[in-house]
Amino acid sequence: MINQFFTCQSCCQCQFKGVGKTRASEIPTLTDAPHVARARTLARRARSVRASPTMAECGGLHSGSRRHTMDKSITLPPDEIFRNLENAKRFAIDIGGSLTKLAYYSTVQHKVAKVRSFDHTAKEATSDELYEITMQEEVTARLHFIKFENAYIETCLDFVRDHLVNTDTKVIKATGGGAHKFKELIERKLGLRVDKEDEMTCLIKGCNFVLRNIPHEAFVYAKHADSEFRFQTTQPDIFPYLLVNIGSGVSIVKVESEDKFERIGGSSIGGGTFWGLGALLTKTKRFDELLQLASKGQHTSVDMLVKDIYGGSYGSLGLTGDLIASSFGKSATADKGGFSKEDMAKSLLHMISNDIGQLACLYAKLHSLSRVYFGGFFIRGHPVTMHTITYSINFFTKGEVQALFLRHEGYLGAIGAFLKGAEEDNPNQYSWGENYAGSSGLMSVSPDMNPMQRARSGTFDMLEMDRLERKLVNLPLLQDASSYIPDTVDLTEDALAREYWLYCFEEALDGVVKRALASQPDIPEAAERAEKFRQKYRHKLQTLRHQPFAYGSLTVRSLLDTREHCLNEFNFPDPYSKIKQRENDAALKYYQKAVQSLEELSWEERQFALVRGVLAGNVFDWGAKAVSDVLESDPEFGFEQAKRQLEERPWLVDSYDEWFERLKGPPHKCALFFVDNSGVDIILGVMPFVRELLSRGTEVVLASNSSPALNDVTNGELQILTESIAAMDPVIRAALGEDRLTLVQSGSSSPCLDLSRLDKVLAMVVRERKTDLVIIEGMGRAIHTNYYAMLSCESLKMAVIKNSWLADRLGGKLFSVVFKYEVPAAGIDSPALTPS
Amino acid sequence: MDTAESVVDKKGASGPFHVNNGPSPRGFHGNGSCCGGGSSPAAPEEAHHLHRGGEDAECNGSPAKRSRLRRRTESVKRNRPRTAQRSNMALSVSPKDTSTSGAGDQTTGPLIEGQPCSTTEPHYRCTRNVVEMCRGTAQGSNLGLSVSPKDTSTSGAGDQTTGPLIEGQPCSTTEPHSPHYRCTRNVVEMCRAFPWFGMDIGGTLVKLVYFEPVDVTAEEEQEEVENLKSIRRYLTSNVAYGKTGVRDVHLELRNLTMCGRTGNLHFIRFPTQAMPRFIQMGRDKNFSSLHTTLCATGGGAYKFENDFRTMADLELLKLDELDCLIRGLLFVDRVSFNGHPEGYYFQNPSDTESCVKKTCTLDNPFPMLLVNIGSGVSILAVYSESDYKRVTGTSLGGGTFLGLCCLLTGCETFEEALEMASKGDSTNVDKLVKDIYGGDYERFGLQGSAVASSFGHMMSKEKRDSISKEDLARATLVTITNNIGSIARMCAVNEKIERVVFVGNFLRINTVSTKLLAYAMDFWSKGQLRALFLEHEGYFGAVGALMELLKTSEDP
Repeated sequence: MINQFFTCQSCCQCQFKGVGKTRASEIPTLTDAPHVARARTLARRARSVRASPTMAECGGLHSGSRRHTMDKSITLPPDEIFRNLENAKRFAIDIGGSLTKLAYYSTVQHKVAKVRSFDHTAKEATSDELYEITMQEEVTARLHFIKFENAYIETCLDFVRDHLVNTDTKVIKATGGGAHKFKELIERKLGLRVDKEDEMTCLIKGCNFVLRNIPHEAFVYAKHADSEFRFQTTQPDIFPYLLVNIGSGVSIVKVESEDKFERIGGSSIGGGTFWGLGALLTKTKRFDELLQLASKGQHTSVDMLVKDIYGGSYGSLGLTGDLIASSFGKSATADKGGFSKEDMAKSLLHMISNDIGQLACLYAKLHSLSRVYFGGFFIRGHPVTMHTITYSINFFTKGEVQALFLRHEGYLGAIGAFLKGAEEDNPNQYSWGENYAGSSGLMSVSPDMNPMQRARSGTFDMLEMDRLERKLVNLPLLQDASSYIPDTVDLTEDALAREYWLYCFEEALDGVVKRALASQPDIPEAAERAEKFRQKYRHKLQTLRHQPFAYGSLTVRSLLDTREHCLNEFNFPDPYSKIKQRENDAALKYYQKAVQSLEELSWEERQFALVRGVLAGNVFDWGAKAVSDVLESDPEFGFEQAKRQLEERPWLVDSYDEWFERLKGPPHKCALFFVDNSGVDIILGVMPFVRELLSRGTEVVLASNSSPALNDVTNGELQILTESIAAMDPVIRAALGEDRLTLVQSGSSSPCLDLSRLDKVLAMVVRERKTDLVIIEGMGRAIHTNYYAMLSCESLKMAVIKNSWLADRLGGKLFSVVFKYEVPAAGIDSPALTPS
Repeated sequence: MDTAESVVDKKGASGPFHVNNGPSPRGFHGNGSCCGGGSSPAAPEEAHHLHRGGEDAECNGSPAKRSRLRRRTESVKRNRPRTAQRSNMALSVSPKDTSTSGAGDQTTGPLIEGQPCSTTEPHYRCTRNVVEMCRGTAQGSNLGLSVSPKDTSTSGAGDQTTGPLIEGQPCSTTEPHSPHYRCTRNVVEMCRAFPWFGMDIGGTLVKLVYFEPVDVTAEEEQEEVENLKSIRRYLTSNVAYGKTGVRDVHLELRNLTMCGRTGNLHFIRFPTQAMPRFIQMGRDKNFSSLHTTLCATGGGAYKFENDFRTMADLELLKLDELDCLIRGLLFVDRVSFNGHPEGYYFQNPSDTESCVKKTCTLDNPFPMLLVNIGSGVSILAVYSESDYKRVTGTSLGGGTFLGLCCLLTGCETFEEALEMASKGDSTNVDKLVKDIYGGDYERFGLQGSAVASSFGHMMSKEKRDSISKEDLARATLVTITNNIGSIARMCAVNEKIERVVFVGNFLRINTVSTKLLAYAMDFWSKGQLRALFLEHEGYFGAVGALMELLKTSEDP
């Protein structure tokens, strides 16, 4: 079977480009890459690759055209598409009118970096290292969703069967209009029993799932805005909402809870009407082509406008002259054949979009719902339809209701069907995260680009989601969880900042690759993986340059997270492990001395010195190029030098006086401290500060990353470091013993911090301890994110700006200090104090 | 034809028509015109083309009215030249004679002037004062009397003063004075000068209602300027005008009293495309010399205002189309359709077997959801004659049906499109629930026979290649109709109104749509909503405009 597929090893991206190219040209030309021609030959030879007539009809898009033979011969490299099939189980398939979505659950074996204390008493290690770093294999759960054209279905099913090792699977969940037509084929090809699930139930389940688990899933489309996409923050409560699913027809569903939903209405005028009627009117077969025509047309020659009837506007009703009074109203009286295809397609698009928008508004009004999500193949990322629907909704509701779209709208049915099949695993008890490395992202939809080239169809679109080890929840101390936006700057909207940061990350890429390699010196194939990482991340950056909205709002955080995902993808779980280890060891040696010198200061002096210590420690950040260059060239760069680099007071943002005044008052009950870097930062900066808090009688919760990111200290490392410090310092020792110093993991593995996605245990501890002070340290956590975060208790945000561009923007300079102490306005009840 | 023409001739020559009735309302038609010849809205060459409709049987309305009319007719017979009788009979399509004759008989009764409609309440009083407006218009005319014929009649009425109005009572006086004379003497405020038109210029069709007075006295007749006469003759003796103008004979309202005059209300339509020719004709026939006010509503009143002014020297009185629609609708419902109820509905709309059309009136019409389906659709919530709001509208209306049908099938007219639609089967074009689910979609209670996707089958090339024009026409009709039904239903629910009245020319000769709408309202609302229809579907705006004409004359 495998020889039916042509795999091209020499061309890294041919699985996409080759396909796209052959699809575009029906006849092979000399300009085709040689492998394309070969693919055709292979395809012609391939056994029974042509679809049966029924299927072709179902596929719709490709019925009866010769190039389909080509379509069946697509390249499916196993490490790019249908990944991790070996252990795949719980298959689900959603077959729509033109696209098939396959879903499965699989496990991914990763290398993870673990730290383990040396048993110093046994003297087993000759080195003076505090702990050892080991690479371990870890198995994590991942959801795979792949979307492809129905025309490829046979090929894909064959591929799945050939690569599936796990034989436990007996059933495949199926949904979608095409499910029953392909039932026999699926059963024959995969040897699995097709178990049909209700389409709408799957859709709703999928919708709930993405709304809950994927930040920036929903967006508002604004064609003429700086950023076409305005992503919505995840709501603590996603219900109730209205889902308007525009497939061939339209279903309008009111969703009130996970299991309670109702189809409250619908319409037969939907995507099928656009396609069917459009095909009749324009003799254009493909849906995408029709949309392309529509995007070029002028509806005013076909439609009767208010001004065609009134000569102007209909003032007393407030109807402007440009409104459509009668769709196709001019076509009864015009000369036959007088309309261009483009104009008719445009008119049809307006007609259908307006009609659906109007109905949606009527239903939203009747049921008092303001959140209306639109989905279905009519929408599916097409800017043209999103624009007309948005326009219609704005017109009919005068802005009261916003049309919302979903980034992963096309996957809802497949996700839902999968969830139905995976109920015994109860995926909803976990939190899941979009894997940026394995997901295709939202395609570009710039209006000036040819929709045909940008069309989804013809490529394989993927979504991968990782099961997070921890259930993630909101920080209970957020003043208003529903309006909390972690990121300070939305690079999707700020073109200048976007350009800078994309450049910045690209510049830093070599350094990261170097670090990654250095972290695995003894593994021969590391170089190859490092190179793949470089390509992958560079490709992501390029994609983001053109489609900043591909993964939701583009932010410094998302750029950092994407890099972490890519590193993990190529088994570089912790490139900075060695550096962290070295710096931790070095800093520990100075701990006692540092504490001692602080003890010698007066109380007032000490308070200031502690703050300066945290700030100076924060200079040691390998994520900042200005610093990493220094650290790279001068390994001896020390704490005292860092202090000298710091800006003198008054700082760029300086509320130290207020903080100092506060310290004179009663001690805080409990402080939650989000820590940043390893080494000097945590050991010489943070720990003495924590020690002082503890001495004042304040309990301290140290929150650190669950998994590595840059040189940020991980929870695992921090456990060892704290024990080590406790061994030297009775204050820390006592606090640990009395449980007044607690270490928790944040649930994150990012250099930034999203307070709406934190480890459930952390949230619990925060509540139990009646936390009344939150300290956030570092550029990633306190400036790129959370700079504007409003908390319901006192908060302290401390960071050193280690990027001259950013400093410039904020009106400061390199190593400017942000020290932001905030007290919430009086009268705000702390939700944290209400145990839930 | 010969008969008809001769009849016209005789009638025209019959001279003193109401010879015994006294001289009064002579100025009625004597709006003086310098323009001779027949005036025609569309194609003069077809003037004098008379149709004999077989509608005599219908002409007299309800039994009660019939007997009343019979009495009048009998008296007329006594007093009238037989020729006139016959001629009127011959003009089968416009049995105005009966009422005219009645009017003749009733001359002695005290007429209350200014009566705008058929109510019997005498709240429009005669006055002896000359209405300024009448004079004003008279002054402007070549023949002073022409503009104020009503004054004359009014004056007569004034003389007669205040008895209760008898329905169907025309204006009449006893004094054979010239209108001109009377006008300056002691005229009561009265209705506008003839001709009385109400016009609704829509996106696709122009709807024209014409009030043909049948209580014209001999004197009036005599003094009626040739121009006006020819207009009347042309309009009432034809059922088609030019290539595209049509008189909906079956809709004619007979023996209607408006503004104290009795006459027949004619319903004429022609495509808005023909507007330039219509205006041209207005100029050619020197319509402006009649000094009538042309009350117009619909968008075209605004669009063509300037053309009327510059090309035909005519000033339009522009009226809001929704005001006119509601006013006209309520009026026609009130006066009834020649004795029959104007409205109808379908009993058992959800069952094709037992679905029957039933007539009804709009007693206590408010609140109602009024769905006007013209080229586009407007949906109004109406709480009283003057209190209403436009709830919403949709651009998927009659224009969409016809436009798409023309593009899809190559047809050219609404009639053609409907004819094809009546023969087609939309299920060959539309994808039904069962086409997708193999049966009902039980999870959501959707029947297999419900349309899941309009034109959904047309996504497949094979099916596109094999489809008939009739099926396409039917699918277009069903799609548009269902959509209107769906939006109307949602509006009714949102506005909490149970009665949904559908009007507009889309419903003309369109039982497929009316039944479908009735079904949709009933089925989807589980019997909560009722769809009502009105026989004069598309003409209410024009009627409303005419009423405005008569109203403005009272209150200048």
